[in-house]
Amino acid sequence: MTTDVPSATAERDKQVRRLDRVVIRFAGDSGDGMQLTGDRFTTETAGFGNDLSTLPNFPAEIRAPAGTLPGVSSFQLHFADHDILTPGDAPDVLVAMNPAALRANLGDVPRGAEIIVDTDEFTKRALAKVGYAADPLADGSLAGFSVHPVALTTLTVAALKDSGLSRKDAERAKNMFALGLLSWMYHRPTQGTERFLRTKFAKRPLIAEANVLAFKAGWNYGETTEDFAVSYEVAPATAAFAPGRYRNISGNLALSYGLVAASRQSGLPLFLGSYPITPASDILHELSRHKNFGVRTFQAEDEIAGVGAAIGAAFGGALGVTTTSGPGVALKSEAIGLAVSLELPLVVVDVQRGGPSTGMPTKTEQADLLQAMYGRNGEAPVPVVAPATAGECFTAALEAARIALTYRTPVFLLSDGYLANGSEPWRIPEPGELPDLRPRFATEPNRPDGSFWPYLRDPRTLARPWAVPGTPGLEHRIGGIEKQDGTGSISYDPANHELMVRTRQAKIDGITVPELAVDDPSQSARLLVLGWGSTYGPLTAAVRRVRAAGARVAQAHLRHLNPFPGNLGQVLAHYDRVLVPEMNLGQLAHLLRAKYLVDVRSLTQVTGLPFKAGQLADAITTHLEGDHA
Amino acid sequence: MPETRTGLPSLTLVPRASGPQSAKDFKSDQEVRWCPGCGDYAILAAVQSFLPELGLAKENICFISGIGCSSRFPYYLDTYGMHSIHGRAPSIATGLATSRRDLSVWVVTGDGDALSIGGNHLIHALRRNVNLKILLFNNRIYGLTKGQYSPTSEAGKITKSTPMGSLDHPFNPLSLALGAEATFVARTIDSDRKHLQSVLRAAAEHQGTALVEIYQNCNIFNDGAFDALKEPETREQALIRLEHGQPIRFGTDRDQGVFRDPATGDLTTAPVTDANAADVLVHDARAASPTTAFALTRLADPDTLHHTPIGVLRSVQRPVYDTLMADQIATATATFGEGDLDALLTGADTWTVA
Repeated sequence: MTTDVPSATAERDKQVRRLDRVVIRFAGDSGDGMQLTGDRFTTETAGFGNDLSTLPNFPAEIRAPAGTLPGVSSFQLHFADHDILTPGDAPDVLVAMNPAALRANLGDVPRGAEIIVDTDEFTKRALAKVGYAADPLADGSLAGFSVHPVALTTLTVAALKDSGLSRKDAERAKNMFALGLLSWMYHRPTQGTERFLRTKFAKRPLIAEANVLAFKAGWNYGETTEDFAVSYEVAPATAAFAPGRYRNISGNLALSYGLVAASRQSGLPLFLGSYPITPASDILHELSRHKNFGVRTFQAEDEIAGVGAAIGAAFGGALGVTTTSGPGVALKSEAIGLAVSLELPLVVVDVQRGGPSTGMPTKTEQADLLQAMYGRNGEAPVPVVAPATAGECFTAALEAARIALTYRTPVFLLSDGYLANGSEPWRIPEPGELPDLRPRFATEPNRPDGSFWPYLRDPRTLARPWAVPGTPGLEHRIGGIEKQDGTGSISYDPANHELMVRTRQAKIDGITVPELAVDDPSQSARLLVLGWGSTYGPLTAAVRRVRAAGARVAQAHLRHLNPFPGNLGQVLAHYDRVLVPEMNLGQLAHLLRAKYLVDVRSLTQVTGLPFKAGQLADAITTHLEGDHA
Repeated sequence: MPETRTGLPSLTLVPRASGPQSAKDFKSDQEVRWCPGCGDYAILAAVQSFLPELGLAKENICFISGIGCSSRFPYYLDTYGMHSIHGRAPSIATGLATSRRDLSVWVVTGDGDALSIGGNHLIHALRRNVNLKILLFNNRIYGLTKGQYSPTSEAGKITKSTPMGSLDHPFNPLSLALGAEATFVARTIDSDRKHLQSVLRAAAEHQGTALVEIYQNCNIFNDGAFDALKEPETREQALIRLEHGQPIRFGTDRDQGVFRDPATGDLTTAPVTDANAADVLVHDARAASPTTAFALTRLADPDTLHHTPIGVLRSVQRPVYDTLMADQIATATATFGEGDLDALLTGADTWTVA
């Protein structure tokens, strides 16, 4: 929706248009600072009060060869004056810092969209490097777009000629020039970015001032040049948000905070054993900054040592956590099985990425669900929780800790690359809203004869007592060998093994999880769209579109994958048809078919990118039509 | 309560026992299931009778093991214990020791567990210098899997998996430990209880990671592997007993000595005479450089075990990992104050929706 409105300020003779939503994509070399530029624009936008959703997309290589297609890094931001759910299917504005960025992204840009390019980078050599035979800025191939050619590099260097920086250093500030220009175009507040730059480069004031200068120069360029005749307003999304304090947050940050909060709410020190791996490393980085919360972070020699140390800390009474991605889970599997057998609390965070093997480290996927469910030797059930949004990573961490501490079990928390790096406005919880996670440690013998049995279970939860070293009289030994029910002594007795395997399974099956909520406004839908994890945004956006077109469709989203909510079977049975979209080849569909004997329809995508709402809406419509066929 | 703490520098944070203890207090109710005649029995008895000497609260002692015959050890001690998975005990013990400095943490492992599947964890524990004591039972064979060669088996060893002889060159565990920046490295023998306990004592006193290699006889699959060091007719020639500050002499009547070869800097052995008696190398376990300790580990012939040094080869001070970690937490808390969750969640850029 576009509305022409009178200029907000009388002295500005430029036209201002009001939009209800915009999708901007910044694209450049992986060394061009596109992620930082996107982050800053996001922060400005969040502070302004728009609803927003972001999609960073970058190569695994740190500095892929300059000017090449594999080296292109981009950041897409969708912001609106209303409640939105996805980073947007297609950009309305593409900022292309070089020919590679243009070529790599043009296919996603619809006709009529605006394209801002740095003309300084469109040299013969740079064009040839990405296979442009002719300059697309000159050959008319972009005629369907609204192209703004800007000599970004030249303008930045000119703006910084008195800054004392070398030409090369001055050129590096061109991303801030671009940010300034876009900030002008969309009426973003600027003080935050200036403050940010001065803090970030506090030790290099020359660089800090140069970046601020470039940022302001970009803003002024938009204000004065005739090429940019129109600027846009996107009003705050006041109706989209419940009352409260808000901030912008990414999934990895929310997850880190959730772990710190779980430590506080449980009264247990947080111990993170981890090995660096994309896209999970940021959780290790973040937690290592919060030692004043009593957080211990241990960068281990490998993935196995990371989980091993977390198990050791849990044995000692800490909240043990390990963070990784799919390949790391594969390495940790034996130790997770040990935790199943030891029945100690442990949170295993898997920030999923494209697989198999090394796969696509910086791209998203949901293909570790079956690994989390079944990827261990023996019968080794592990609860699985999965957040639906970046902000929900916070509550998912608390929920994983709750299950781990209550039931003395390892718990999988399945995030993914899209949630990890994407961000959205998040209502900051009030301290009173957080759950009480305090565990009860065993402090006294639990047998009439004054002895202590480490596997004498709580009949309600089937959890065994957690007696930590330092507790007199409760000295005991635990291990990965099968143990006798109750006493915990080594036992190879057939009937005992049968009992222990079934008891461990029953404990996980009996975990209390919330019922599945179904959104079915018409109360008469025949098609249920059921998702899990990070597909929530695009799925919900797609369902809204389909409903806006008059169709009846129900939607539900699973946050607990093991055990499933108790009413899931009923929900599935209630609908004629169930559509399960996933970023894998149908792993949830497989579980649902096996457990509930329901002929669910699978809709799968493994591009390393999230679903687009438009495509999902089309697919849902197809399945709706199938209903009537 | 400083008066309730131990006097051992490495265990000053561990509460002391309220009364006298005996070996019996450290015996669990579990039936010991090693083969009759196994060297592990002697080590278990030595440890059970040594632990009361530490005077630590029993509930603050933890034994963590991996997989293998030796790794059943924790089941037989009435302390807190964990029998974990193959090779990973040092990592689990690292998590426990770094998060609970009031515990005395011990790792029991074997040559396959520590040096093959768990080699990575062993070397990294040693370089970090976490406050834990690693007892490496070396029998130079895989026992629990019924007799395959191990990473310390002599080359050419005929076993079930190597009918024509093993092709691998063995590790020298002490050379490896010194290369991994270990601060405490010692060797002892299962059958010499007095020596074993003296080495355990030194290890317990050490601040940081201690590696104690214990030569242990597997009477089923590798019987007599250390006979050269045990039989009265050979042991005086084979064993070199190291004592800090003492000239390194061995042999019947201590007629042999260890000398530094002026040409190569390496160590050699030779009969001690009046002329060279002053040149006998004096053992310095506290030398800052590990070079001479390394040279000592290379004296032994891996096949005959002749010139095998036992005792404490190296014992030096270096900052302890878990102490450093605790210091960082204290510094962060002193600098930024006790963590404020609400402030953390709020961050710097917020807005309010009314």
